[in-house]
Amino acid sequence: MTTTDPSVVASTAGSTTPFVKSVVELDRVVIRLAGDSGDGMQLTGNRFTSETASFGNDLSTLPNFPAEIRAPTGTLPGVSSFQLHFADHDIMTPGDAPDVLVAMNPAALKANLSDLPGGGLLIVDADEFTPRNLAKVGYATNPLEDGSLDGWQLVSVPLTTLTLEALADSGLGKKEAERSKNMFTLGLLSWMYHRPTEGTVRFLERQFRRKPQIAAANIAAFRAGYNYGDTTEAFAVSYEIKPAPMAPGRYRNISGNQALALGIVAAGQRSGLPVFLGAYPITPASDILHELSRHKSFGVRTFQAEDEIAGIASAIGASFGGALGVTTTSGPGISLKSEALGLAVMTELPLVVVDVQRGGPSTGLPTKTEQSDLLQAMFGRNGEAPVPVIAPRSPADCFDAAIEAARIALTYRTPVMLLSDGYLANGAEPWQIPDVEELPDLSVEFATEPNGTAADGTPEFLPYLRDPETLARPWAIPGTSGMQHRIGGLEKADKTGNISYDPANHDLMTRLRQAKVDGIAASIPPTDVEDPDGDARVAVIGWGSTYGPIGAACRRIRRSGRSVAQIHLRHLNPFPADLGEVLRRYDRVICPEMNLGQLSMLLRAKYLVDVESHTQVRGLPFRAAELAAVVQDVIDSTTGGTQ
Amino acid sequence: MTTIDLGMPADGPIADAIARSLETQGEKRTDLKAKDLKTDQEVRWCPGCGDYVILNAVQSFLPSLGIAREDMVIVSGIGCSSRFPYYMNTYGMHSIHGRAPAIATGLAASRPDLSVWVVTGDGDALSIGGNHLIHTLRRNVNLKILLFNNRIYGLTKGQYSPTSEVGKVTKSTPMGSLDHPFNPVSLALGADATFVGRAMDSDRKGLTEVLRQAAEHKGTALVEIYQNCNIFNDGAFDLLKDPTTGVQWSIPLVHGEPLVFGPDGASCVVRDEFGGLRIAETNQVDAGDIVVHDATRQDPSYAFALSRLSSQDLRYTPMGVFRSVEKPTYDRMMADQVEEARTSSPADLGALLSGSDTWTVSA
Repeated sequence: MTTTDPSVVASTAGSTTPFVKSVVELDRVVIRLAGDSGDGMQLTGNRFTSETASFGNDLSTLPNFPAEIRAPTGTLPGVSSFQLHFADHDIMTPGDAPDVLVAMNPAALKANLSDLPGGGLLIVDADEFTPRNLAKVGYATNPLEDGSLDGWQLVSVPLTTLTLEALADSGLGKKEAERSKNMFTLGLLSWMYHRPTEGTVRFLERQFRRKPQIAAANIAAFRAGYNYGDTTEAFAVSYEIKPAPMAPGRYRNISGNQALALGIVAAGQRSGLPVFLGAYPITPASDILHELSRHKSFGVRTFQAEDEIAGIASAIGASFGGALGVTTTSGPGISLKSEALGLAVMTELPLVVVDVQRGGPSTGLPTKTEQSDLLQAMFGRNGEAPVPVIAPRSPADCFDAAIEAARIALTYRTPVMLLSDGYLANGAEPWQIPDVEELPDLSVEFATEPNGTAADGTPEFLPYLRDPETLARPWAIPGTSGMQHRIGGLEKADKTGNISYDPANHDLMTRLRQAKVDGIAASIPPTDVEDPDGDARVAVIGWGSTYGPIGAACRRIRRSGRSVAQIHLRHLNPFPADLGEVLRRYDRVICPEMNLGQLSMLLRAKYLVDVESHTQVRGLPFRAAELAAVVQDVIDSTTGGTQ
Repeated sequence: MTTIDLGMPADGPIADAIARSLETQGEKRTDLKAKDLKTDQEVRWCPGCGDYVILNAVQSFLPSLGIAREDMVIVSGIGCSSRFPYYMNTYGMHSIHGRAPAIATGLAASRPDLSVWVVTGDGDALSIGGNHLIHTLRRNVNLKILLFNNRIYGLTKGQYSPTSEVGKVTKSTPMGSLDHPFNPVSLALGADATFVGRAMDSDRKGLTEVLRQAAEHKGTALVEIYQNCNIFNDGAFDLLKDPTTGVQWSIPLVHGEPLVFGPDGASCVVRDEFGGLRIAETNQVDAGDIVVHDATRQDPSYAFALSRLSSQDLRYTPMGVFRSVEKPTYDRMMADQVEEARTSSPADLGALLSGSDTWTVSA
């Protein structure tokens, strides 16, 4: 169940229980909750995560749910799951495989059992294993009884019955009372892992403050589950996972979409500009729209547009007026926004474009993760239309990445593509809350005076006269006297911004737009290489949400006595200035990606380095163990064994 | 002179920039002349194009609004008409095909202190940008849309447009077009537009009057302007422009006046038995049965019925303001929500970042 040997550290005899219960100390656990879409598994998982965060463990989560809102009850397509990895030390992934699987029905068991290693703890709701439910998913016999689960530690609990008994006096009907079985389960798990419970009680009171009867029932079920664990003979052992050592400071638990939204609010505050979000709902990006809609007191205006195109177009209009324009979407939305993105490139207006990537092409896998929009972000427009691209590496890092995207957009007057993904969006981890005063200063200077002289000697405003250092053009906003000018999608004459079809001018402007984006490299830090041993001959390079699995894989490799360097890119366009030189230091460079090799293609093309691609597009994050094996093979074939 | 009150500019760096520019450039000038709105750019429409007439009418009319040119923004899409912003010494954006209403929505919703105008055409607004047009109208954002309808694609050299009459023979329809045209006024009213008007490019007086009412309207105003394309669809509106046939087939809409038209007022509009409208001979009906035009009716059905009087060959075409009703504007309501949120919970970034569930790790 863990990487270390469990050892019995304490024994307690509850006054109400006639038998001895033992407490086992673990260094880490991976729990997967699986049930029907309507069983509230995501809520249960999120609550368990909050309890775990406030207890002080390090954690990482992986929600996994179907695109259908309510697939037919009890069927395989309707199974929703939530995996949580928590530990007494710093961890990087939601775990390759669960140690504990909670299956709320036969479908959840069938869909998830193959991921549970032999000997793993399997908790099921026995009440749901009815002939009808078994038949729905093709079980000919009841697996709880036919011996097919002998390889696991099966604990079969009548969760539904126990919940109904606990709520017998609640005044709720059977159907309504049954809904609380997820809270019963949460109570049981809270007992098993010594989680603090006050937060969940407070949460339920708050969540159902207008329905006190429902709040009371859920709290009663939660407590009943906890007490059941405490008293039943079915669970003789509970587990303790000590808090993880973390840097001193204040922490909260945060998901990627939440962090990204807060980053945008912070960017608005630190620039002093009103934020305008133009967005059309799309999975898995909608939560950013929801979150930002709640922060109007920060001057954030959110506009739910009629389509993806209007989302970006309205943001461009707002940027022209002096707002920090933002649009959020997923891959299919980026396809629709491409032409407008080109307009933002041509008009050189600041704009943050968030792509929470999902499985593609077309509608693809709406609720699953993938990194396959990198080349679209880089090149998915007509003409030479360079756009800076940056990517967060973890859920909490979405906050900093959003601020960095805004910094580049505002400094260089350019649209910036921020590539998150479904795993980062819905996954959560502890976040050390930053000090507001230490966030970057993003203040901008609007142009308010003419910057040139017309032929007749009068002062005039030249909207395309560039800053010599950044090559950014001045940002003059409507309402500013004497600065009236016209911009648009037609090619601009250098400096004046008038329409120009002149061949030499188009050549110049095309190169200037490229040079401006390339020049951003001067404002970003050099490549960060993690090579604690300092003698690695093999480097693993990645971007975005693969940071966790690659990092965990590198740790495993180092524990086995081998050296490996990890390079993780935040800036994908432009790359850090020294990247080519860094890559050439290594005998072999491996690039794991959740696509068919998009970053490796860019690196090979740009630096002529033989980057080896390792790819997977399963809609799920890499497993650290598999990655470690791949990289280890490369290291061993390079060095002839352990170094 | 009409004076449109645009309200105060936004606060923060935007207000600061405006204030700085006024220090160096002097007070806002609202006593403009037509020439103040011209730019140094050479106007590049085909000689004889109806767009020239509209440009002149707009440049002559806008100063009467008492709005400084830096407070005006003209956003256009793609097409002949969409070159308009380059010729106006205001702020402007010549954007991409069909998207001008969406861009203008973002601008107007975040800057209620600006006078935002959209210039578009029948292809731009009704074909590629149809979705943005109807949603902008239903939202009632404070912006004015001038839809130049020449019933043809000019910039792509003469294909039929969504307002071309059925059977139109063009390069892309050598045997005649098959699709039924949109009536832009009916479409706008179907989207519950709060202001809808129609004018003729060559009728300076009528056009200026509709523009004036549109400018004074708080909310989205759609003005369909019949515009002659003398290269690809010359004479498209001759029936209405010709002094003789024009009187016969145009129905002037004047708020509060009976709908009587034609030579010597021979024709009129009366209600039909299905709740719609029909044309009648004035001397065949009781004077009391003649419909008195009321542009302020909340229910758009009357204005819609008016728009259905005309046929695709332009007979019985109402000209003027079909509908002008008051409704809260989107930008105002959005600003009110921001204000309400600010009042009820002042912005505190530190508190926002912390959320409600935190824990502390001590050194």
